[in-house]
Amino acid sequence: MKRLLYLLPLALFLALMGYFAVGLQRDPHILPSAMIDKPAPDFALPPLLDGKPGIARADLDGPLLVNFFASWCVPCRAEHPVLGRLAGAGVELLGIAWKDKPEDARAWLAELGDPYRRLAVDRDGRVGIDFGVYGVPETYVIDRAGKIRYREAGPITPEDLKDKILPLLAELKR
Amino acid sequence: MRRALLASCVLLLALAGGARAIDPAEQLADPALEARARALSKELRCLVCQNESIDDSNADLARDLRRIVRERLVAGDGDGAVKQYLVARYGDFVLLEPPVKLKTYALWFGPAVVLALGALGVLVFFRRRRAQPAAPPPLSADEQHRLATLLERGR
Repeated sequence: MKRLLYLLPLALFLALMGYFAVGLQRDPHILPSAMIDKPAPDFALPPLLDGKPGIARADLDGPLLVNFFASWCVPCRAEHPVLGRLAGAGVELLGIAWKDKPEDARAWLAELGDPYRRLAVDRDGRVGIDFGVYGVPETYVIDRAGKIRYREAGPITPEDLKDKILPLLAELKR
Repeated sequence: MRRALLASCVLLLALAGGARAIDPAEQLADPALEARARALSKELRCLVCQNESIDDSNADLARDLRRIVRERLVAGDGDGAVKQYLVARYGDFVLLEPPVKLKTYALWFGPAVVLALGALGVLVFFRRRRAQPAAPPPLSADEQHRLATLLERGR
């Protein structure tokens, strides 16, 4: 019994190392969303393009993705081809230009292509803040009831797309 | 003329020393509300820079959050309600001081527990050392006799 007690510091040390090992794998810049499993906030945003509708809370009858982007955001450019592929695969994708000048966002889409079903402008970023956006790009998975089910902060990575977003969308479709 | 110059210098110094990331246009007219807004801003984290308060940060989002803090105060919210408004959107991480709750007990009380354990260890160590007999019991008559013969033989 006493001998086991001498092993206690070693056990505590190993437990601490375990915590550190896990902690070091995490990117501290990626924050967990406080909005998961909560209903999306109420909003109504004007359209970005003529001939394509803006977005209001009532339009969030999922399963769909809401993608916050901006023309000034470099990672958004990197993410853009992934969004095109998603739209090509029949995923309903809504885009919100966050804290961006509408004319810049329009030029950006003209250059890179427009994968969105609906497009809106969040000029002062308030709707984004209601969603808990702290940087662009951010992508939210919304279910049928209009609840936020998943949030990707930063560009959608191929791993998260394959392991999280696509399976979740398939599950929500059922 | 001189007095005006002096006054403008003092004003400039006051502005330079007082506000940091704060744009004078953001400030509230009511000094009491503005003081509360500044105090609250110091307790809220800038989500972009992460180790700065929104009071210190020049980030765009920090400016938006400062504005929201002031709007909520003007709308009549208490300090707690303002914080809750942001926690609902960004989680506890937006608070620079983590709240005391079940999940953070280890964080808040862990160091005190470790210190107490250490103190207990030191106490036990010194108690045991003191409990040890200071001197061995004196030799019995028989032992003394044997010792004497051994010493005798050694000569």
